[in-house]
Amino acid sequence: MMPERRSFILNSLKSLGLATAGGLVWGGFIEEGRSAPLILRPPGAVPEKQFIASCIKCGMCVEACPYEALKLATPGENKPIGTPYLIPRINPCRMCKDIPCVPACPTGSLDKALVSDKDESGETKLNIDLAKMGLAVIDRETCIAYSGIQCDACYRACPLIDKAITVEYTRNVRTGKHAMLAPVVHSKACTGCGMCEKACVTKKASIFILPREIAMGESSERYVKGWDERDENRLKDVPEKVTTETPRSEKKAVDYLNEEF
Amino acid sequence: MKYKYLIARRITQAVVLFLFFAGNAFEWKILKGNLSSAKVFDVISLSDPFAVIQSFSAGASVTKDVLLGAFIIFLFYAVLGGRVFCGWICPVNMITDAANKLRSYFQLDEVWKSWEIRRSIRYWAMGLSLILSIVLGVAAFEWISPIGMLHRGVIYGIGLGWAFVLTVFLFDLFAVKNGFCGHLCPLGGFYSLTGRFGFLRIGYDRDKCTSCMKCVDICPEKQVLHMVGRQSGAVLSGECINCGRCVEVCDDNAVNFSNIYSK
Amino acid sequence: MNISRRDFLKTTAAVSAATAIGMAVPDELKAIAKETEAGWRWDKSVCRFCGTGCGIMVATKDDMIVAVKGDPAAPVNMGLNCIKGYFNAKIMYGADRLTEPLLRVNDKGEFDKKGKFKPVTWEKAFDEMAKQFKKHYSALGPTGVAVFGSGQYTIMEGVAAVKLIKGGFRSNNIDPNARHCMASAVAAFMQTFGIDEPAGNYDDMHYADSIILWGANMAEMHPVLWSKVTDRKLSKPDWVKIVNISTFANRCSSISDVEIIIKPSTDLAILNYITREIVYNRPDAIDWDFVNKNCVFATGPVDIGYGLRPQVDHKKYKPGELDTAGKEAFKIITKEEAQAMSALGIKEGQKMEMKNAKTPDNHWLISFDDFKKGLEPYTLDFVAALAKGDPDESIEDFKKKLVTLVDLYAAKERKVTSFWTMGFNQHIRGTWVNEQAYTVHLLLGKQSQPGNSAFSLTGQPSACGTAREVGTFSHRLPSDMVVANPKHREISEKIWKLPEGTLNPVPGSHYMKIMRDLEDGKIKWVWVQVNNPWQNSANMNHWITAAREMDNFIVVSEAYPGISAKVADLILPSAMIFEKWGAYGNAERRTQHWRQQVTPVGHAMSDTWQMVEFSKRLTLAEVWKEHKISPEVTLPNILEKAKAMGYKETDTLFDVLFANNEAKTYKWPDPVGEGFMNSEAAGDKRNVEGFKGYGFFLQKYLWEEYRKFTLGNGHDLADFDTYHKVRGLRWPVVDGKETLWRFNSEYDPYAKAANTGQFAFYGKAFKELPSGDLLGPKGEEKVKFPNKAKIFLRHYIDPAEIPDNEYPLWLSTGRVLEHWHSGTMTMRVPELYRAVPEAVCSMNPKDAKTHNVKDGDLIWVESRRGKVKVHVETRGRNNPPRGLIFVPWFDEHVLINKVTLDATCPISKETDFKKCAVKIYKA
Repeated sequence: MMPERRSFILNSLKSLGLATAGGLVWGGFIEEGRSAPLILRPPGAVPEKQFIASCIKCGMCVEACPYEALKLATPGENKPIGTPYLIPRINPCRMCKDIPCVPACPTGSLDKALVSDKDESGETKLNIDLAKMGLAVIDRETCIAYSGIQCDACYRACPLIDKAITVEYTRNVRTGKHAMLAPVVHSKACTGCGMCEKACVTKKASIFILPREIAMGESSERYVKGWDERDENRLKDVPEKVTTETPRSEKKAVDYLNEEF
Repeated sequence: MKYKYLIARRITQAVVLFLFFAGNAFEWKILKGNLSSAKVFDVISLSDPFAVIQSFSAGASVTKDVLLGAFIIFLFYAVLGGRVFCGWICPVNMITDAANKLRSYFQLDEVWKSWEIRRSIRYWAMGLSLILSIVLGVAAFEWISPIGMLHRGVIYGIGLGWAFVLTVFLFDLFAVKNGFCGHLCPLGGFYSLTGRFGFLRIGYDRDKCTSCMKCVDICPEKQVLHMVGRQSGAVLSGECINCGRCVEVCDDNAVNFSNIYSK
Repeated sequence: MNISRRDFLKTTAAVSAATAIGMAVPDELKAIAKETEAGWRWDKSVCRFCGTGCGIMVATKDDMIVAVKGDPAAPVNMGLNCIKGYFNAKIMYGADRLTEPLLRVNDKGEFDKKGKFKPVTWEKAFDEMAKQFKKHYSALGPTGVAVFGSGQYTIMEGVAAVKLIKGGFRSNNIDPNARHCMASAVAAFMQTFGIDEPAGNYDDMHYADSIILWGANMAEMHPVLWSKVTDRKLSKPDWVKIVNISTFANRCSSISDVEIIIKPSTDLAILNYITREIVYNRPDAIDWDFVNKNCVFATGPVDIGYGLRPQVDHKKYKPGELDTAGKEAFKIITKEEAQAMSALGIKEGQKMEMKNAKTPDNHWLISFDDFKKGLEPYTLDFVAALAKGDPDESIEDFKKKLVTLVDLYAAKERKVTSFWTMGFNQHIRGTWVNEQAYTVHLLLGKQSQPGNSAFSLTGQPSACGTAREVGTFSHRLPSDMVVANPKHREISEKIWKLPEGTLNPVPGSHYMKIMRDLEDGKIKWVWVQVNNPWQNSANMNHWITAAREMDNFIVVSEAYPGISAKVADLILPSAMIFEKWGAYGNAERRTQHWRQQVTPVGHAMSDTWQMVEFSKRLTLAEVWKEHKISPEVTLPNILEKAKAMGYKETDTLFDVLFANNEAKTYKWPDPVGEGFMNSEAAGDKRNVEGFKGYGFFLQKYLWEEYRKFTLGNGHDLADFDTYHKVRGLRWPVVDGKETLWRFNSEYDPYAKAANTGQFAFYGKAFKELPSGDLLGPKGEEKVKFPNKAKIFLRHYIDPAEIPDNEYPLWLSTGRVLEHWHSGTMTMRVPELYRAVPEAVCSMNPKDAKTHNVKDGDLIWVESRRGKVKVHVETRGRNNPPRGLIFVPWFDEHVLINKVTLDATCPISKETDFKKCAVKIYKA
């Protein structure tokens, strides 16, 4: 082989090797940050996967927030670097009516359509109540209202009081003379703004915001609550056709039947 | 004034950085956002074309606003000369120039030999940025870019981003001369290609040259001055960052800003 | 003993669970739990905050409060607390607690009104305080000095204060912040029953079938009581009905069956509508047997003004204020007022001179027929149109609600409890509206029986126990006695061992008047104790200027630096609740004592100690000489009489009032205090400026001496030691037994002794009156009617200030659950601060739209008197109707009392913080 050609090939291989190695390290670093799932996005954020692809890290939403509640992730926070997020315990979303952070986004990562609906006149308007930044979750064991203390700081702090958080009234069997007024969160209305988490008076908040994908379960797609007329809507888009599989059904029926005992 | 271009560059870098900072801190409207995407007077959108390409590769649908902004920037640097960004706007230039200055102050080049790495790595890195963006679904270089970290750091708070910036500084100081900007940075690579046919050029006049080689010594992208001592002509490589250091150090008026149409 | 962490958790959990349900805990487990709390000492105490009076247990270790828990044995709360009570352990340790006296001084270290605060010794502080006192006292006499007292005084502090100011200084210028919260309730109790404080108790909540809230946001202001109301509702959800009557929707509406949003002040009309409906259309509902045996009918004048300055063009008024100020002289009768008072012959457009502004509390007996005639105008149509508070509600819906309200009151089979607090009391006709509530209950015979109760709830922890029972008001003496009554003065002088003629017969300046007198230069020395007058008083721009710009001396005893401390000339650092011995009396007449748990922080000393130390600086010769009070009244020189009693002219007030021979018989140590400290009796480890203690049990002496006032007149309290064995007792405590329902002979030994059947409203005050018709008394002859209560006819009248084009909105103020009063304590508890860091302005979303503001916007709220900046909230806990905004007053960065009007109920002199006219605009 010609020495030059050999050197070219070797050099190319060397570069390729370096690039691959660099790519792996680089990719690993990205993967590490990306798999930090407990990040709370500004209102109107598109689904996380889409969000980290489209967010250009310009900080326009951060600059638009009048309460300085939004931050851009910096290295060391184990969050996708440069992307905006909230820490409700420190500075929650105040659910501004005009949602200044959303129109500020140049890339559509904060999508107006996700926080807009039509008002009475049929005009499309921003509506912060549609935001789904996360979901408030209550630790009933540390929440003092669940043990009968008259607290409900979260309930009163909730911008959607009586919708996103309601109070469940039960009699206090221990005293026989008092009632328990315990907060209950409703995922349909809760925007995940975090005002409740900020207001919670326990040492570490007993009500806190988690990303909805993490905080919520999902009911069976083949059962409807007989006592709840609206429950049927949930199954509207479920495909009719279904084949169930378990380890028991792995083998074809005939193969199973033909097996030796 | 001997260092007029250096001073002018520092002023430009500082003013741009400050305007972005003031956009957030004092709600000035002149420049809001950051180098990734910005608004001028709340009207004109500007976006980093390389970031937009990565975002697009990552599968994001790109809005008209951003696309227009990226196009404006792309056009600007394509016409003016791509790496004007590196020399005049990018805040990391201040870091790497500082490293370079220290390097020559302590005469480190005479103590150790700089590692040899190829300047073409930046094109590999650029390609890799796009591949990783496609594979991982995020704008890959933006994720680790020390430029973004430093720039955002100044505007919004830096967190541990200083570690990345320090790494760049130390890398340039101890490992490779002009290591980051001159070898690795994929954005530099991107603008090298963008500015291939840019208007603003460095012109070299062999007739006046005394072959002192000060210009080559000072140049962060030496390969672009390959003609020095050989023949007159403009610097044609897109890798030139138009910093003007060569013009400043030339005692013979042999190097000057020129344009692509001059011979 | 070796126990693992897991064992430990299990046992502590088991012990607390078992204690909670009253189960016997095996001794072995108890021992383990004890060991884990080694070094902790638990002792019973009371929550520092509201009038509910929850019992708590306090744990101390190494002379610090380390924990509190709700006291499971406390009958009120049975171990529960609210969010504020939960943080009792944290209120004393704020980083900016005042720990040493601070005096405004110049460069040379001398007092200078314009100087900066510098730490001084107690010695120097008292010296300057006494020097200033003597200067102003000798120039102006006893009326030239004043004390802002408190409904948060311990009972003993209240006793020390009244004794020192009334008995020592011979001044009646002591008035508590309870004037701002309970005075209307007091005046109505005195006028209706002849004796102060509620007849019922908290058990009423568990018997009532209809629970009617009148201007009482119990869900936030009495949270533990609210949980009792809620429990009653849950026990029979379909039968028990709750009605929430308020000027804006609040948290009580959540479980209410009916929410009635009314226009401010129209509660006067609604109560008359209820009464009219009963009298005219449901006469069967009237319990005539009860009424005939136990009640008389009465009314009073309507032209009584608004409690503003009598001089309507007073030079200190700003031009913008004159308009409203003028209402004190006369008002032009509106169409609604004319209709409401048509039985009095009052016509629309007529000029009503406020002829009775000086005698607002006059009243006389009337016949039932006159009573009925007076009610005639209050028809459903009239009242509904007048009172509907939500412009977006239909009049038909509103009428239906009013009818339901009558049903819930009148139905024979329903026991009815009405609750009210500041909505009634802070009212330009607070006394009237309180009385109207009694009118409804008395007519129906639904009073003083379990579940049948017109119940005035108290705001402060000892508004009842101290301010009212001890009588730290400008016109009062202990146990419902008054300074104007010679017999009462005589009794008091005897118990306090004062020479005859010591006590000043002229009632002093009430709370607002002390402020006005300060502004007029009539009072020049003021001592503030356990409250925050410069944040809690309406129209405060005037008072801040008066304090800072005029020649006077303001002493503020405080635990934390607040607004009043800021305007002071001298600040004295005060010990807080668990740093002293004390007692509070709650809203159901329950008196609860506690022991000193820890040494006060820094050089802080209790208010009692401060008063006692100050008393050492005044000799009898200086205060007990002759004083001219007014052209008519001169206080005699009593030094000769004092000498005859064995005192010397050079004796100090300390020797006479606090360290007399009787006091010294209360020895310290005392078995009741075994293992506990008493900084006043024995000093403490700090040895503050060498103070070693008085050597006797000062608090017990003050208690036992005060107790003498209460015995045998229906206010009976138990002895000091008893209260340390029980979880409080509801007075009158007769033969060691508390009284659950007063005036009911089944429960109340005094009612039984009256021997008038099942009920006896035995209060003695105002039980001899002339008779007359709706327009006035006829003749001089007075009728006696012992053991009877009065059914009052009172009328609707507009508030002093109502919204107009320039100031289009009503402003109401109040409190929030998370913060106590002016926030000096709760704003220092990190959790509470974080929960509610600032006051916001609640507003109807439509009003926000009209005024072009939105949630979170900073706006100015401006009245004729002042303005503040505040953030807008259109969602959240309070939802005002269009036309009204609500701003709480706890936040010293939102001093809403710069905006409020200092109009008061002319009878009770309680400020109406709930009604004035404002405009809003973007800041």
